Amino acid sequence: MIGKLVNGIIHGETRSIARAISWIENDVPQKEELIDALFEHTGRAQVIGITGPPGSGKSSLLDRIIEQERKRDKKIAVLAIDPSSPFTGGAILGDRLRMQKHTVDAGVFIRSMASRGHLGGVAGATSDSVKVLDAAGFDLIVIETIGVGQTEIEVMNIADLVMLVLVPGLGDEIQALKAGVMEIGDIFVVNKADKEEANRLKAEIEYVLHLKSEDEKGVKSPIFMTSATENTGIEELVNGLHEYMQRMGENGTLRERRRRRVTLELKKIITAKIEAHVHKFLETGNNLDVWIDQILRKKTSPYKLINEKVIQILKELKEK
Amino acid sequence: MSRKIRILISKPGLDGHDRGAKYIARALKDAGYEVIYMGIRQSPEAIVKTAIQEDVDFVGLSLLSGAHNELFPEVVRLLREQGANDVIVFGGGVIPQEDISFLKEQGIEAIFTPGTPIQKVIEFIETNKERVLH
Repeated sequence: MIGKLVNGIIHGETRSIARAISWIENDVPQKEELIDALFEHTGRAQVIGITGPPGSGKSSLLDRIIEQERKRDKKIAVLAIDPSSPFTGGAILGDRLRMQKHTVDAGVFIRSMASRGHLGGVAGATSDSVKVLDAAGFDLIVIETIGVGQTEIEVMNIADLVMLVLVPGLGDEIQALKAGVMEIGDIFVVNKADKEEANRLKAEIEYVLHLKSEDEKGVKSPIFMTSATENTGIEELVNGLHEYMQRMGENGTLRERRRRRVTLELKKIITAKIEAHVHKFLETGNNLDVWIDQILRKKTSPYKLINEKVIQILKELKEK
Repeated sequence: MSRKIRILISKPGLDGHDRGAKYIARALKDAGYEVIYMGIRQSPEAIVKTAIQEDVDFVGLSLLSGAHNELFPEVVRLLREQGANDVIVFGGGVIPQEDISFLKEQGIEAIFTPGTPIQKVIEFIETNKERVLH
């Protein structure tokens, strides 16, 4: 079963790619084997994150970017993330509505993804899904985050490059953005540049970037003015994107980022694995209520209780 | 492991009345499903390509223009042609009673006409979802 799926994916078959992403989203038991089998086929694609506040035009802009990249004969995959309801777990996934002219283009694959409770602006399944798309031979993989506020910055740990899309009219709220998401942008886009105040926003971004570049070396972040609806500034943006990516490759930034990505991934896997083993060993599911009662009756305290359990685990390990 | 049911909601053909489709999309979201909303004026080909990329379990088609006897079966036919045999198709809209048995023969498994309580649609999905769990 896995062999067939892997074969389908590396031959770029849509149904195999789509099913593999579902496996990852649903966290099926065969997921790890699948990702491991694809591993040798990954590492070729460029991965770009597009992020910004809700309604800033990320999907519409992406639609235009796809248009440009298709003219250059690039194969493109999109993971478009929208939020899941915290109450029902349901979701309305509507990003692809803005990218409809590419629906029947065989060189474009678009997948909507619900966040399923994952915080950080992407879904828990996003980073492994990127590997599937990479192995499937897409030249460019674009992650469109949910509409973000200040701290949804996880896309920076998945993408090679982050494009931050801002719009005029948020007024003083730009101040609030400065501390969080403003820091993860490699490329800045002022979308809806046909609106008044677009130039003021650009000046504000320049000001923030100027402050940043004073205490930091590295590649200077460009700012692009676009209008997705008027289709202006798109070619410049796409050219700039590729130039920036090339410079990142030349000055070692890309290598550094990919290294950091593997570091974070390993730490995440270690944590998850250890957690699962510990819960199994301690039979947390069965014992949790008993522990809670002990604490509420002041028989023990949280740190004391868990430290005792940890010592128990370490002893067991030594004996083995 | 946490399996979620994914449903594509779309309007094939040249009918711009999307209130019903949006209402269904919203109600299905509230019922806990992941709804991919594709909107109006879609070709059967685009619907099927989207259904496959999104790996959906159900496709819900809404139509008020009268072209349901052509467009609904075409979606089913293209899905099967593409090997998506497990995707369940249902429909809704202004559909005359006498067309319903024809549509069911063509593989549209349920038709919900105006005034159907949303609970009926949810029941249909709940009853049939075991078939698509893979």
